[in-house]
Amino acid sequence: MERCAARRAPEEERRVRANAREYNEKFQYASNCIKTSKYNIVTFLPVNLFEQFQEVANTYFLFLLILQLIPQISSLSWFTTIVPLVLVLTITAVKDATDDYFRHKSDNQVNNRQSQVLIGGVLRQEQWMNVRVGDIIKLENNQFVAADLLLLSSSEPHGLCYIETSELDGETNMKVRQAIPVTSELGDTGKLAGFDGEVICEPPNNKLDKFGGTLYWKENKYPLSNQNMLLRGCVLRNTEWCFGLVVFAGPDTKLMQNSGRTKFKRTSIDRLMNTLVLWIFGFLVCMGVILAIGNAIWEHEVGVCFQIYLPWDEGVHSAFFSGFLSFWSYIIILNTVVPISLYVSVEVIRLGHSYFINWDKKMYCAKRRTPAEARTTTLNEELGQVEYIFSDKTGTLTQNIMVFSKCSVNGHSYGDVQDVLGPKAELGERPEPVDFSFNPLADPRFQFWDPSLLEAVKLGDPHVHEFFRLLSLCHTVMSEERSQGELFYKAQSPDEGALVAAARNFGFVFRSRTPKTITVQELGRAVTYQLLAILDFNNIRKRMSVIVRSPEGKIRLYCKGADTILLERLHPLNQDLSNITTDHLNEYAGEGLRTLVLAYKDLEESYYEDWAERLRRAGSAPEAREDRLARLYDELLGATAIEDKLQQGVPETIAILTLANIKIWVLTGDKQETAVNIGYSCKMLTDDMTEVFVVTGHTVLEVREELRKAREKMMDASHSTANGFSYQEKLSSSKLTSVLEAIAGEYALVINGHSLAHALEADMEVEFLETACACKAVICCRVTPLQKAQVVELVKKYKKAVTLAIGDGANDVSMIKTAHIGVGISGQEGIQAVLASDYSFSQFKFLQRLLLVHGRWSYLRMCKFLCYFFYKNFAFTMVHFWFGFFCGFSAQTVYDQYFITLYNIVYTSLPVLAMGVFDQDVPEQRSMEYPKLYEPGQLNLLFNKREFFICIAQGIYTSVLMFFIPYGVFADATRDDGAQLADYQSFAVTVATSLVIVVSVQIGLDTGFWTAINHFFIWGSLAAYFAILFAMHSDGLFQMFPNQFRFVGNAQNTLAQPTVWLTIALTTVVCIMPVVAFRFLKLDLKPELSDTVRYTQLVRKKQKTQHRCMRRVGRAGSRRSGYAFSHQEGFGELIMSGKNMRLSSLALAGFAARPSAGWIETLRKKKGSDAGSPDKALKV
Amino acid sequence: MKNKTSCLPQEAGARPSRCPDNSAFKQQRLPAWKPQLTIATVLSSFFLTGAFCLSVGICLILSANSIREFQINYSDKCSECSKLRENTSNWNKECHCSVNFTLKEDMLGDVFMYYGLQNFYQNHRRYVISRSDAQLLGQNVNIEKSYCAPFTTYQNGTPMAPCGAIANSMFNDTIDLFYNLNSSVVQVPLLKTGNSWWTDKNVKFRNPKSDNLSSAFAGTARPPYWQKPVYLLDEEDERNNGYVNDDFIIWMRVSAFATFRNLYRRVERVKQFVNGLPAGNYTFHISYNFPVTKFKGRKHVILSTVVWSGGSNPFLGIAYVVTGTAATLMGFVITAIHLKLRKKKTYFQK
Repeated sequence: MERCAARRAPEEERRVRANAREYNEKFQYASNCIKTSKYNIVTFLPVNLFEQFQEVANTYFLFLLILQLIPQISSLSWFTTIVPLVLVLTITAVKDATDDYFRHKSDNQVNNRQSQVLIGGVLRQEQWMNVRVGDIIKLENNQFVAADLLLLSSSEPHGLCYIETSELDGETNMKVRQAIPVTSELGDTGKLAGFDGEVICEPPNNKLDKFGGTLYWKENKYPLSNQNMLLRGCVLRNTEWCFGLVVFAGPDTKLMQNSGRTKFKRTSIDRLMNTLVLWIFGFLVCMGVILAIGNAIWEHEVGVCFQIYLPWDEGVHSAFFSGFLSFWSYIIILNTVVPISLYVSVEVIRLGHSYFINWDKKMYCAKRRTPAEARTTTLNEELGQVEYIFSDKTGTLTQNIMVFSKCSVNGHSYGDVQDVLGPKAELGERPEPVDFSFNPLADPRFQFWDPSLLEAVKLGDPHVHEFFRLLSLCHTVMSEERSQGELFYKAQSPDEGALVAAARNFGFVFRSRTPKTITVQELGRAVTYQLLAILDFNNIRKRMSVIVRSPEGKIRLYCKGADTILLERLHPLNQDLSNITTDHLNEYAGEGLRTLVLAYKDLEESYYEDWAERLRRAGSAPEAREDRLARLYDELLGATAIEDKLQQGVPETIAILTLANIKIWVLTGDKQETAVNIGYSCKMLTDDMTEVFVVTGHTVLEVREELRKAREKMMDASHSTANGFSYQEKLSSSKLTSVLEAIAGEYALVINGHSLAHALEADMEVEFLETACACKAVICCRVTPLQKAQVVELVKKYKKAVTLAIGDGANDVSMIKTAHIGVGISGQEGIQAVLASDYSFSQFKFLQRLLLVHGRWSYLRMCKFLCYFFYKNFAFTMVHFWFGFFCGFSAQTVYDQYFITLYNIVYTSLPVLAMGVFDQDVPEQRSMEYPKLYEPGQLNLLFNKREFFICIAQGIYTSVLMFFIPYGVFADATRDDGAQLADYQSFAVTVATSLVIVVSVQIGLDTGFWTAINHFFIWGSLAAYFAILFAMHSDGLFQMFPNQFRFVGNAQNTLAQPTVWLTIALTTVVCIMPVVAFRFLKLDLKPELSDTVRYTQLVRKKQKTQHRCMRRVGRAGSRRSGYAFSHQEGFGELIMSGKNMRLSSLALAGFAARPSAGWIETLRKKKGSDAGSPDKALKV
Repeated sequence: MKNKTSCLPQEAGARPSRCPDNSAFKQQRLPAWKPQLTIATVLSSFFLTGAFCLSVGICLILSANSIREFQINYSDKCSECSKLRENTSNWNKECHCSVNFTLKEDMLGDVFMYYGLQNFYQNHRRYVISRSDAQLLGQNVNIEKSYCAPFTTYQNGTPMAPCGAIANSMFNDTIDLFYNLNSSVVQVPLLKTGNSWWTDKNVKFRNPKSDNLSSAFAGTARPPYWQKPVYLLDEEDERNNGYVNDDFIIWMRVSAFATFRNLYRRVERVKQFVNGLPAGNYTFHISYNFPVTKFKGRKHVILSTVVWSGGSNPFLGIAYVVTGTAATLMGFVITAIHLKLRKKKTYFQK
């Protein structure tokens, strides 16, 4: 195990020779053993204690403890500090130990996984941790990749292999990796054992999508790229076996390099609390200094004369030194203003809130069987202060499920649900879905609601037939027929899958394909089309076409693509149909559907031959081939509309969150059109918006210009409306950081990834931020994971607002980690986002409950808790300060030391904890009904420096009364039996009792929600106080420990005096009544929204609630080009080359391999030119 | 919010359900009392509190009026003795002093005699801890471990009994009261026991167990400022001697403030004093031992009667009256404000 820990200097480059352990060993590369645990049995105690004492609070209390052990200054017994300190340290240590135990377990489990290593020409089973850099290992289907491997060969033709990378980046689609040609022939162990190539490559890093290196073998150099690598964490799929050379192992693998320790997040309340604690500490020192000076003067003036009765301690020779000692003594007794129990209580409260989140049934998704989970227990109250939400799109706002929802064929629109309630009819009121039972090959999961389309198919409408024929032919889907009639489609994008599945259910079943043919079951009749060409989708053409020859010998070009592109290429004769279809398209787009236009063209044999001939000749320069082929499409078939299914309740959630003054930014890797479409369908963008700015500049200047123009437009608009109309939104003046925030009208900003890169540069980021913040909605498309994090960072940096990032995929991890609060959508396949997140649940809509209910309550409770906590401790501690002036500044405590020990642990801790855990100001439904209730959290109104000073002032006021009223009563007073009343112990008991009663009454006032638990704790604390008081003052304890329990008999003697009770009553009245008056007047004159909501509830007035009706999912009129392709080019080229087909099926199809490695080269080119480059072209 | 996400019952079958329990506690739907400040509760609380405080205050003031108290500063009156005691070398010289005074009214009922000290910091931290309660309980303990220093042992190792600064500084004046009736002088009978708390006398203080007291304290020495050892504090009464001596117990119950009075004697209600002290001329005969001028202290002797609320301290009564008045006034102010400004009440109308 210890090997794992070996640390080396960072390497410059890595040299790995295959099958040469001795050679590789001299570089001392890390082995494949991983270690994520922090401690072992020996190091646990010292390391853990060291870590714990790095917490300022713990060190502070240790320091106090040391002070208390010095007899000259010890004004309090040591146990007042050590008991809570040890308690805190133990609890934390136990928690750390359990965490680490589970890490050890998972490390062991991973390290002991088996893999087959080629050693000396023989495959041997080895544990993962024994795999070395330079080993060749064999992987089988569905196995995890053990280390970062260079793929050498595989069972598939051309060294292809398929992997799933969901553990790595969250993407669940399969990816292709390929061995370089020279090694792909090394298929058996014998040949591999002789392989002695050497890889020289980059040092270990965390870039998942890049790899640069070279393979030297047999005097030749072969460049290596990410396309040749299998990374640890991937799973091998659809590949029987493959061999790989270990390049990076264990901690050097990209997976492990990416799993950095999560940064410890702190809430703003935490930071505020730390500042306040520092201030309090300063205040403490000030008080200590005042009292120390007082002590020095007193000792100099009075104490020196009093020495006959009370000589100075040994070693104290001057009043000055006495003052110095008394400073420390006072630091000890006044430290209770910030007791250690503050930190413990805060943690307990947060833990309680976390459990409430975990337990919430309304955040449980029955479908995915996942409850909400608070993975971090320390951030709850910040959920009540969120101002910006950064959301991923796919999987978060949308389900990433495409559903064939509507279509328009020959000017006739199908798919509208025949129901008055509109497209989003309530569940249960929907009519029965269309019955596809006539078709044995139908996919039972497919549902369609409009029976007229099926009728049209059955009636034999030629347009409808052609429509579905196109859908069943024009695609790059691969089919797999596992048993008779059980078809599975493997689609590159869910859109395509949805279209092909629709055709399948309507009787045009795509059954199988070979490189040259497509077999379709057309209404029960198998038809085989000859596939002449696939012109796959790309960014420029925005359409894909196939050329097929039907069994009758007719050549036809089928095309599907974006409306903008296709409609203008239509034959002008079809103008009417085109207009109707356009209307339908607008309608679909208005509903947020992704649309595609379908068209076809019959080709003359000679025309096709001509084109094919030209294509063959111009093979290496294949620009604009299709344009020449078909400048005009003959027939418009119709249009399809695919619903990118939103997660449940997304528009409603966004509407409510917007009303709560939370700004939502969508950051997505998707294309602009897709993102904007979703923006409309989830009502972030609406047609009521004054303008949607689209920033797509490619250069710094363009971007700057576009941003400037956007700002100018907004400014102009606001100037013109500011005079005549009131601002649409009242912004609180404190938040007016720039004029831009007071913009009238609603604007939205859509920015592209490449523009964003410029906008995020240091000199433009503020401009960008101001523009973006002035907009109601911001959508960033085509952004990289890093950019997501940068955007979040930018807002964090300049806005001082609480940010929340929500996402589901590995590409959201950086953003989730950067934001103040990261939320992961769980229940999907990838778990990276969830692992990095602070909260996880399975539906976006739960976010509103998390923020508006849990967050709001948490914030409220934490603020009330902190206010009360500081109040009670100031009231408690400051009494010592006043007493100092009457006891010669000698650091004599007012209370019994047991009272001091127990005050924060027992007498006053539970009621305030119960309030901090259970308090509710308004019921949960109200927080949803009035999203404005969320605002105090964003403005940080409930606990800030001002509130803190008010609490402190109240505490000090209480302490003054707490000391001076008993002082006034006790001075020169006698008991009713004539004895002295003003003895120290009676005074102590009186003050302590009135303090406990006053703070209990105060917590009673603060508690707005008295559950049985609150009752139990409040009354119980009072009862416990008296019980403990009488127990501590009992004869028995005194006789056992006479020096410890010197207050014997005090309780019964003092509390039997009517004067004492009258004093306690008076103190309580004087301390509490002003608070009641103040609170009531505030409530009466300046009620908060929550007060009003509560009041309304109380009097049960039938006040018309401001029910904020969600704007119905309506139709927007604007024309947008929504089209469905969200994916890169598909398997088209692979299909045509036949490289990914098994030889058996190829042989059946009579396939003669074309002597071209063209597609492989393209594959390499693709890698080189990176996914983003739009001007790439394909070769057929 | 309909309960759309309610857990389906059938799912509990196959795998253990992860659905949270539908308990009121976990769903934060515990029944609760939601008190609110309304005008009715606030006003009634203010007026009731006002009435209560006023009545208590008036009761206190009325009953305090029947208290008679008489106080003499005898450290000034006996200035010669004060001066003598300033020099510690004169500690064993006796000094007596008489103070005459006249009671103009009868002091009826139980009359208590106190000695009062000013500027004597019995509440100083080092003073307060300078005692060994185990020793005072009669236990044989090593007082070296207690906080008694420097009044722990003599240089020869003999432990002090009792140890500590409190015991060492015990008030040791003796005060006698004489009634001058028609040129004849009658000593007023004074009770010196029964002045301390029962728990102190019977629980907190115990003499070491032995046949007689002097042998119980064998091997110990008196504190340096004492004139006689602890077992000679009251030679007449065995139950008032040693640690359980009432004067000692009262002294050991340290005061909360630097100015305090301790109960010294009670007038025994016999003969002509059966109703208390009649008006007339009296004399205090004081054996002046306790030096106070050194630390600018003062000594008083006080005669006082008590009522149910104790001796004469007007503070509580006045404070109650003031508080009651303030609460009532505040009630009116709140009423006025509420009536005048109530129109602005609701948030929605703003």
